[in-house]
Amino acid sequence: MGVIVAAVRDAFGLMLRLDAQLLEIVGLSLQVSLSAVAIATALALPIGAAIAVSRFRGRQTVVVILNALMGLPPVVVGLLVYLLLSRAGPLGQLGLLFTPSAMVIAQTILILPIIAALARQAVEDAWREYQEQLRSLGAGGWTAALTLVWDIRFSLLTAVLAGLGRAAAEVGAVMIVGGNIDGVTRVMTTAIALETSKGDLPLALGLGVILLTLVLLLNAAAYTLKEAAQRRYG
Amino acid sequence: MADEPMRAPGSILPLRLENVSFAAGGRTIIDRVSLAFEAGPRTIILGPNGAGKSVLMRLCHGLLAPSSGRIEWATPERPGERRRQAMVFQRPVMLRRSAIANVVYALKLAGIAAPERIRQARAALESVGLADLADGAARVLSGGEQQRLALARAWALRPEVLFLDEPTASLDPGASAEVERIIQAIHAAGTKIVMTTHNLGQARRLGDEILFLNQGCLAERAAVDRFFNQPASAEAQAFIKGELPWT
Repeated sequence: MGVIVAAVRDAFGLMLRLDAQLLEIVGLSLQVSLSAVAIATALALPIGAAIAVSRFRGRQTVVVILNALMGLPPVVVGLLVYLLLSRAGPLGQLGLLFTPSAMVIAQTILILPIIAALARQAVEDAWREYQEQLRSLGAGGWTAALTLVWDIRFSLLTAVLAGLGRAAAEVGAVMIVGGNIDGVTRVMTTAIALETSKGDLPLALGLGVILLTLVLLLNAAAYTLKEAAQRRYG
Repeated sequence: MADEPMRAPGSILPLRLENVSFAAGGRTIIDRVSLAFEAGPRTIILGPNGAGKSVLMRLCHGLLAPSSGRIEWATPERPGERRRQAMVFQRPVMLRRSAIANVVYALKLAGIAAPERIRQARAALESVGLADLADGAARVLSGGEQQRLALARAWALRPEVLFLDEPTASLDPGASAEVERIIQAIHAAGTKIVMTTHNLGQARRLGDEILFLNQGCLAERAAVDRFFNQPASAEAQAFIKGELPWT
């Protein structure tokens, strides 16, 4: 018990004096995960919206696969990206392995299906409601899709947030393609894993608290925004 | 009532349906309907539930494609061009923006220039008595207000034909009366009205002619007085008896 209390005390000490090493790790985590979310969102929303409003052969199969991909194991994604980026791999020339860019790529692949699948569901529900009215007004194709996505933007925020949560919390993919190199590719989750195995509990615990707090704050902000939008726009 | 087709130059009316059928899921919903909608008289489509009233209007408005037969406007619609017909649904669908922005959105799709949109949208809201609520969110309006907003949105487009699918079905009497007043005003301003309703009193008040559908077939077409006083078809007689058991 005493060990844990001491670790908690030291963890808050690190956070309160804004320990440089701690800040660096937190900063890189945010940089990697937010970049991945930005890229994945830009790709996933149009993909999700397109699947939602279009009718084609094999659509159901695509939906099932997309939903299944939400459960992609991070280590498998890490392994695939590792194979792609390793020296002998097809993209080995780029020299991206063990850089933050590789981590962004892996996390993007990991969360793209999550955002796309959730967006697909949200857009499809809205499309069912709006379809006739929009077509009656002469909005078809891209015009209708854009109107729809804009109208449910606050619901889509939930999808994006789910992606961010996944990216910030996963350890397997960034560990494999980033390598957990001190000062280069060490992020919160990989640091927690390492420090725990090394026995440096205060740093691991401090990072854990920060990680939880960040996720909590983000979700609280998104919830507040969505509630405000609901009251404002109905 | 003048029965000869009126054809103003450049008008999209008359709308002709030739042997139009519509089937979905192995069920025939509209069965070989042939008729013409002419400019002028307000047409009310009556019939029991499941007769195909809403489907017939959706076919006319282009939201559904007929399984067989032809639907032809006097001036064909071209994709990408401004629509000269509009539709108001039983349950209005409003975008999550202000009331006036919903009307502006429709005007933008119709290709109206930006500075004109606001002016025309304000005028439309004024004419349905929603000027005070123009800047409030559309989705938080009451059911009656939303339906008036839907009418304003349709009216702002200055359509030649306005389809209305049971526009007062989920409204209280006060809101219904207000919607009826607006429909009369839209008609008076020169728009052809085609409407379905289950309210026979409303059909008498608002209609010039009745189309009576039964099981997907056009069972009868007659002027309003004639339809209610001397219905020609047995189905229409039974329908009016069922709906108005005291007559």
